[in-house]
Amino acid sequence: MRAGEFPDDRGHFGPYGGIFVAETLMAALAELREEYETTRKDGAFMAEFHHELKHYVGRPSPIYHARHWSERLGGAQIYLKREDLNHTGAHKINNTVGQALLARRMGKKRIIAETGAGQHGVATATVAARYGMECVVYMGAEDVARQSPNVYRMKLLGATVVPVSSGSRTLKDALNEAMRDWVTNVSSTFYILGTAAGPHPYPQLVRDFQSVIGVECLDQMPEMTGRQPDAIIACVGGGSNAIGIFHPYLDQPGVRLIGVEAGGEGIASGRHAAPLAAGTPGILHGFRSYLMQDEQGQIMETHSISAGLDYPGVGPEHAWLKDSGRAEYVSINDDEALRAFHDVCRYEGIIPALESSHALAHAAKIAPTMDKDRIVLVNLSGRGDKDINTVAKLAGIVL
Amino acid sequence: MSRIKHTFETLKSQHKAALIPFITAGDPDAQMTVQIMHGLAAAGADIIELGIPFSDPMADGPAIQRASERALKQGLSLKDVLSIVSEFRSGNTATPVVLMGYANPVERMGYNNFAQAAATAGVDGVLLVDLPPEESVAGTLVSAGMDNILLLSPTTPEARMKLVAQQASGFVYYVSLKGVTGSASPDLTEVAQRIALIRKCCDVPVGVGFGVRDAATAAAIAQFADAVIIGSRLVEAIEASPREKVLANLTVFMAEVRTTMDSCSRVYKKDKT
Repeated sequence: MRAGEFPDDRGHFGPYGGIFVAETLMAALAELREEYETTRKDGAFMAEFHHELKHYVGRPSPIYHARHWSERLGGAQIYLKREDLNHTGAHKINNTVGQALLARRMGKKRIIAETGAGQHGVATATVAARYGMECVVYMGAEDVARQSPNVYRMKLLGATVVPVSSGSRTLKDALNEAMRDWVTNVSSTFYILGTAAGPHPYPQLVRDFQSVIGVECLDQMPEMTGRQPDAIIACVGGGSNAIGIFHPYLDQPGVRLIGVEAGGEGIASGRHAAPLAAGTPGILHGFRSYLMQDEQGQIMETHSISAGLDYPGVGPEHAWLKDSGRAEYVSINDDEALRAFHDVCRYEGIIPALESSHALAHAAKIAPTMDKDRIVLVNLSGRGDKDINTVAKLAGIVL
Repeated sequence: MSRIKHTFETLKSQHKAALIPFITAGDPDAQMTVQIMHGLAAAGADIIELGIPFSDPMADGPAIQRASERALKQGLSLKDVLSIVSEFRSGNTATPVVLMGYANPVERMGYNNFAQAAATAGVDGVLLVDLPPEESVAGTLVSAGMDNILLLSPTTPEARMKLVAQQASGFVYYVSLKGVTGSASPDLTEVAQRIALIRKCCDVPVGVGFGVRDAATAAAIAQFADAVIIGSRLVEAIEASPREKVLANLTVFMAEVRTTMDSCSRVYKKDKT
């Protein structure tokens, strides 16, 4: 099987992926799988999806040569895929538009979602408003407190935000609670999962909707630079922006694909969110992949400066790409990400999301080791307006 | 004959349905769990379901989630759960014990290692909520001498029932409602209809659980199902009772359920002849 042909018909990427959910959800996932199989071959559906991406999201997103920053780093040329310029400020909307159209096609009028930092929640609340659907977003109680502007955004957009107080009160618990809602309201409700994880077919359909990112790059890079990049770098939490830009490049062996996990306070400290770097395979949230877990198979709490990377699992296709060697995975610590955040603010006039700052930090690490005619493409997956409170607080400033 | 099969055959000859209480291992602590298991057996439990605590119990409502958290706070491991079972077995060789939990702690131990250790400890059946028949490890469990308990739900299509029936042994667990454990009351007419449908393709006994909160509901279900499973209601009682009252409170409730169940004659009896 070629890398691009995964998953198999039961959702496996090698030993990863699959469907690991309670019986009540099996029929709903089968229905979604069948619907998606017809939908992806339906020209009218795909035409509407791309129409929405163009006129509502604002695609294609540009690619920008970060010339000034590249010069300062003194090595390879860094290009940024500007997903931060999308409507709602991140790549998340590509997927929520696709899934909302799918929900509408399936006659589902109620949408649920989980969210960590609130970006996926906002992107879901946005499309629910756009298509006239009821929307409930589950968010860990800790995150509700940390990300109050996004909570208010969701409310403005008409969504109900439900704080989740079980477990570690963060993203993984929000996902548990969204699954519990889905199992209870399975006939009326469509669950818009925010990342390329969860039970099959979610990793596949999220990847497919996000692949618009890489597909655009395939055309844009030769237009701008005359060729494809030497390396593509993207941050990996669940891994949707990374798989979106990687996937169209899987069969281009000359392009290095580098995923960047959240190293938190350092892998050795144990306070991080880097399951590919330091985790072991296991089953959580309906799929098998690398997880942050203890010897007993209990899921561990994670830490990252960026709420969007603060997740103990990772999409199954990344686990497969790691094992197969097609993609490399590294980690960047909080302080390194923060430095890249400030540098890109100051030298390029772009405030990047703290998530994307992990990818930028790795670019800053490798660019100086490469010749000046080499090209590194970074997926700038979101903008950092949502993070200014976090960054200010670290600098001891109260806004 | 397996202990579970023997239990159901004995009950069938007495025209009774099985009463299956669920508690989480290690709640409030490991030592107490063994005592509670003995207490449940004495109060009329035919089979005991013992929950393996997990950090992310996706199919459970708040009561069982909190029980898991209480057990994990004490560092209870899957090995500790098996120790609880072997300690129970040293005083009771008759009452079947079914472990119920999520796949990951078992996967972490390794399915073969787990199957051997569980069988040695005296476990009779295993139900892993998030391990559907498509990903099943039934072969490993069965060859170690345990039953592979599977779920059926209100949303399971008929064709799938057959797939589940092919792999299930011991009994099948019918989830009475769309929802998590401890949700609102099930619609019993609907449940009875589904059970009748399940029996057409399934030879093993059928138990009903989720949302069974009182003796009357249990008794009503006992009229058409082979087993009634009560979990959240008991777990809530453990949570609400002072330590020294836990056993007494559970026993009183169990005895009431047992009496009510047995006093109603069963309308529907499975009879293949």
